[in-house]
Amino acid sequence: MTEKKAYLYLDSERFFEGFSVGKNADTCGEVVFNTSMSGYQEIISDPSYTDQIINFTYPHIGNVGTNDDDLESDSNGCNGVIIRDPSTITSNWRKQDDLSNFLKTKNISGIYGIDTRKVTRIIRNEGAKVGAIVSGKDHKKKALKLIEEFVPLGGKDLASVVSTKKVYEWKEPSWRKDFDDNNLKIVAIDFGVKHNILRMLKDRGFQVIVVPAKTTAAEIIAMKPDGVFLSNGPGDPEPCKYAIECIKELRTKRIPMFGICLGHQLLGLALGMKTIKMKFGHHGANHPVKDLDSNRVFITSQNHGFTIDSKSIPEDVKITHLSLFDETIQGIETSDKRCFSFQGHPEASPGPQEIQELFDKFLTVVKSNAKKK
Amino acid sequence: MPKRNDLDSILLIGAGPIVIGQACEFDYSGVQACKALREEGYRVILVNSNPATIMTDPETADSTYIEPINWKTLEKIIEKEKPSALLPTMGGQTALNTALDLDQKGILKKHNVELIGATKEAIDKAEDRELFAKAIKKIGLKTPKAGLAHNLEEALKIQQEIGFPCILRPNFTLGGMGGGIAYNSEEFESICLRGLDLSPTSELYIDQYLSGWKEYEMEVVRDKVDNCIIICSIENFDPMGVHTGDSITVAPAQTLTDKEYQEMRNASFAILREIGVETGGSNVQFAINPEDGEMVVIEMNPRVSRSSALASKATGFPIAKIAAKLAVGFTLDELSNDISGGKIPASFEPTIDYVVTKIPRFNFEKFPQADSTLTSQMKSVGEVMAIGSNFAESLQKAIRGMENGKTGFDNIEEELTKTTLRSKLISPSPERLWFIGEAFRQGSSLDEVHDLTKIDIWFLQTIEEIISTEKKINKKTLSSRDFLFNLKKMGFSDQRLAALSGQSEEKIRSLRQKLNIKPVFKRVDTCAGEFETTTAYMYSTYQDECESNPTENKKVVVLGGGPNRIGQGIEFDYCCVHASMAMKEEGYETIMVNCNPETVSTDYDTSDRLYFEPITLEDVLAIIELENPYGVIIQFGGQTPLKLAQELEKNKVPILGTSPDKIDLAEDRERFQEFVNENKLKQPPNGMASNKSQAKSIAHQIGYPIVVRPSYVLGGRAMEIVHNDNDLEKYLDEAIQASDSNPVLLDRFLDIATELDIEAISDGSQVEIYGVMQHIEQAGIHSGDSACSLPPYSLPDKVIKKIKEQVRVIAKQMDIIGLMNVQMAYANEEIFLLEVNPRASRTIPFVSKAIGLPLAKIASKTMIGKSLKQQKIKNPSNLNHFSVKEAVLPFDRFQNVDPILGPEMKSTGEVMGIGTSFAEAYDKSQISAGTIIPDGGSVFLSVRENDKPHLEELATRLDQLNLSIVATKGTAREIQNMGIKARIINKVAEGRPHVVDLIKNNEISLLINTTEGKESIQDSSSIRRTALDNKIPCTTTLQGGLAICEVLEKRLDWSVQNIQDIHKSIE
Repeated sequence: MTEKKAYLYLDSERFFEGFSVGKNADTCGEVVFNTSMSGYQEIISDPSYTDQIINFTYPHIGNVGTNDDDLESDSNGCNGVIIRDPSTITSNWRKQDDLSNFLKTKNISGIYGIDTRKVTRIIRNEGAKVGAIVSGKDHKKKALKLIEEFVPLGGKDLASVVSTKKVYEWKEPSWRKDFDDNNLKIVAIDFGVKHNILRMLKDRGFQVIVVPAKTTAAEIIAMKPDGVFLSNGPGDPEPCKYAIECIKELRTKRIPMFGICLGHQLLGLALGMKTIKMKFGHHGANHPVKDLDSNRVFITSQNHGFTIDSKSIPEDVKITHLSLFDETIQGIETSDKRCFSFQGHPEASPGPQEIQELFDKFLTVVKSNAKKK
Repeated sequence: MPKRNDLDSILLIGAGPIVIGQACEFDYSGVQACKALREEGYRVILVNSNPATIMTDPETADSTYIEPINWKTLEKIIEKEKPSALLPTMGGQTALNTALDLDQKGILKKHNVELIGATKEAIDKAEDRELFAKAIKKIGLKTPKAGLAHNLEEALKIQQEIGFPCILRPNFTLGGMGGGIAYNSEEFESICLRGLDLSPTSELYIDQYLSGWKEYEMEVVRDKVDNCIIICSIENFDPMGVHTGDSITVAPAQTLTDKEYQEMRNASFAILREIGVETGGSNVQFAINPEDGEMVVIEMNPRVSRSSALASKATGFPIAKIAAKLAVGFTLDELSNDISGGKIPASFEPTIDYVVTKIPRFNFEKFPQADSTLTSQMKSVGEVMAIGSNFAESLQKAIRGMENGKTGFDNIEEELTKTTLRSKLISPSPERLWFIGEAFRQGSSLDEVHDLTKIDIWFLQTIEEIISTEKKINKKTLSSRDFLFNLKKMGFSDQRLAALSGQSEEKIRSLRQKLNIKPVFKRVDTCAGEFETTTAYMYSTYQDECESNPTENKKVVVLGGGPNRIGQGIEFDYCCVHASMAMKEEGYETIMVNCNPETVSTDYDTSDRLYFEPITLEDVLAIIELENPYGVIIQFGGQTPLKLAQELEKNKVPILGTSPDKIDLAEDRERFQEFVNENKLKQPPNGMASNKSQAKSIAHQIGYPIVVRPSYVLGGRAMEIVHNDNDLEKYLDEAIQASDSNPVLLDRFLDIATELDIEAISDGSQVEIYGVMQHIEQAGIHSGDSACSLPPYSLPDKVIKKIKEQVRVIAKQMDIIGLMNVQMAYANEEIFLLEVNPRASRTIPFVSKAIGLPLAKIASKTMIGKSLKQQKIKNPSNLNHFSVKEAVLPFDRFQNVDPILGPEMKSTGEVMGIGTSFAEAYDKSQISAGTIIPDGGSVFLSVRENDKPHLEELATRLDQLNLSIVATKGTAREIQNMGIKARIINKVAEGRPHVVDLIKNNEISLLINTTEGKESIQDSSSIRRTALDNKIPCTTTLQGGLAICEVLEKRLDWSVQNIQDIHKSIE
């Protein structure tokens, strides 16, 4: 940990003084807070945080170090981190590196020594804000310039930026898990996919082919998939016209689809729904979601700043899940039951694993659809 | 799925007296449950023998029985009240065990009472280790290698399979009582025999000892449609081997990756499902191998617990309240999370943005013969919790909240060799934390300390950092704002900084003011700031933003009592809660300050605003500066806040009620003596000495026996009766330490005097006496340990009248406003004043329950100027029932400790017996305290010289009761001379078979053993200890013996009556 001064600016009036951690470069992004108490490595390496700076509400970050198994992507993940009190020591039998080094290798800049609760309360009251972490001389000027030049997330297609550039097959199951092949092929469209989603698809025995965000429907169909998975990812779903078009076309081919997070929003858009930007979104591991069929409540992991507008539900789409925090739509399903999606993160990592049954549901849907063929 | 409409009334069982392993947390949970159930329209019937609880206030439940908690009494209550259901999960192990008994005896079935919250099957599965292990295995999880033994032979066989070290636990005992860790066969056999004996089912579990494994706890809530949530994860600072109640614990878990945490979370839910906990709160304990993450399940409790109280306070999520609602049919999503103003449902998982540390509080200094090594058997008597922005801050705040003289990582004063230090690190003890600090101070490395303690390096590193930072502290460095601010961020107290830099605390405070360094207050909101909270539950920290938002209302601050300890327990929390309620009733905004997580006072619902803070001058002043209250109540929380009186006044804090000067007058020996003389009252002859020779010469003036004690103490700490110069000298070598360089006080000991406790309230012009309590045990036994009767059971009216007159004089002359407790002794037709306590006393809740008046409330109203007349309080003129308070002692927890009563308080709790006669009240109090007075068999009688005049009366009455008398030669001869049969038995020193053999052979069913003088006390100690170990009733006072006779002479099948009816009958 350095003792090098760094500054977090939320606008020209409000700034926080702290110290630099990780890569010591100026950075800018939409500041969002995450309320998880565990799993900082997974959060930081989640591509959905592209262009965002994560303000951790839990004060000690870095306690257990980092390790290769808990990585959620090979890309950089977030644009920056805000920490109250990073751990100067790591303690866990799985640790391979410490947080500070990890941030450096991932090219992520951060600031620590910040009253993160104050930051949280500002965002809670005013909504997600663009902020900058800077250091050195003229910090104010640099920060304000960065903030001014920052292109807001609304209207921004980031999925294609973070997506894989080439097609590859994913072969690794979840931590300490095994699998049996089910002879079914899934094409997972990578809009910024988290590894754990791919691991959990693998756990169920699928052959998992990961393809770039801009892969066309024709290219996918040519791969003869039994199902298509629409991944999570950063940014605004609306400008991802290529994906919306692709999904629409796959719908006509009666291919089962399962979307998570951005994938859920894209499915919604393809089904004729609208998406809107939320005030400060959902970022945490304690979000109650109600399954409207069973009336069961699931505690879920969430990370999204956009949501499907509840005023835009077409007739052939059913709402399956609702957030009990703010009643936003958390799950939808087409009336032919071939396509469904979930706003939160059933793959957890980090967070509760209790709604993993959605992956089982996908397996069931894909299987029965394959039989019909 | 809304609440059930087929239930009409619900019976709730409390936890009974405060004992080690079961403390105020069950008052907290019980009160919440009562409130929650009544809110839903159910009629609540409550049973608890502990009068010092908010739950037994007549307003808390619809029908309240202060009666013994056992199936026989419960059956009577059930017959009378005909409840539709029984909720057994709110009163600890006591309630669960009683519920199981009721079920087993067929009483529930007979009266059609449904068990809600936990089924018999679930309780059995969770409590019975074999069934539990089977259940865990079934769901693919692991428990430690283990076996169940019913006798030593089986035990040895199991041991061979498991190896050493192994851990032994008797089945169905409180807090793991009687268990231990065995490293060799000798230890193994001795723990086995004790454990088999203590287990009500004679069953002993032998487990693989997971030495050095990390320990975790998960607090889980489940509803009937299988929604499960984790309220809080807790990580133990001390690794496996130390009872979790004796461990320092930290929330949330700090050294788990998310994957490991989620495995534990999933396992917790799977366990609740498998055990069959349908609704409510449970906790599950895990051990993790730090080398490879292997996880094993240690145990689960299918009820609310001490940990769930801690988890509730740590997160702001009221587990007991929610659990009660789930038990009557609600689901989590139908309930709202109050702290966020109902904006979010209860079906979510709290997330916190601070670190919580709990440190247990011990009282080993009161039991010098006890082994203070911490084991799997719980020994702590209380705990403190602290909230901070980081672990260092929360740890150091918790330390200074303990009120054990430590202000941080204070240096260890004694010389330490490397070997001693090593052994202090290896063996867990209450002081280990400071030895760890000392090890770092002396240059030990992180790895070295970890190797010896097995404590996770993540925790140790914080301590190392605190110590290395301490080395940089001096007058000069402190003048840097950045440095000082950083120190405060790490939780350093002003007092510690003062000590480290050689300045006064005041200097540090003014330095902080100069540099503008002061704490901010953040809110506990269950959601890490994601949602706005309307609840003012706060903690101090050194960060940017303050969220306290104090109002402009007229407000009163109540200072709580800090951690429970012997001498300062739940009674004081009861009084603080009442003070707060009274101020609310009078339209004041109420502010509570306390750091004890077990209590009702630290429920965010109790006061308008709650500051969860240590009760130290620094922390209290910060709150008062911010809140600017109309007044502060310091007289209700016991010695902890009272000690701050002078300093607070010096800092211009408006103190309500009796002034700090008068408090000092009562506490300061010299001033008090002057006061006594001025008012022509009488004290036992006394003197004060600051050295040995002075003490001796005063002793000769006064004459032996003498009570010696240091000044300014509560609970009779270090108080002793000495009979000669030798004893006195021995005492003085120890007392100087105990008294913080205060002088030693010597009082003539009034032998065979009747001691009295009097509770009065004065509003400045009117003095009302609400209770005169006669102690059953004669003077010389600490009032906290003595049973007492209200009204007096054998005191002439004219004496009572005279006593009342004197009390009035005292109250007037001392300018008492509020509560006053007076202790007096009556001997040789004279009344002696022993002490005046211008504050809440331990007996306030007892008297309040006995006479049906909320004394603490009434007193607090007088403190804000509302006279007794204005309050229209009618002091009952006549009571047609007796109430007896009996103390509950922790001797069974401490092996080798002589269970004798004396001037130093040793009890942890109390019970109350109510009856139409003294005999009924006394008998019930004994049953509640765990003593069944036998109505047959042999009684061993041995009385000291001074009690001999009463021997004939005692022997005659026992004889008429058909108890055969056994006595040692001298006494037996005397009894025989009275024409009463007595069997002669050897003293222990006289050869065998002797009295201890007889006790061990179950040939004695009662012991009356009075003794005096260090030597004869030592000689007879094995008699009392053996009696205790064999659960044979033993009284160590003559008056106790006579009270037993009284009970046996009048005993009937006592009936039960609720206090609401009793209070109605009071004139």
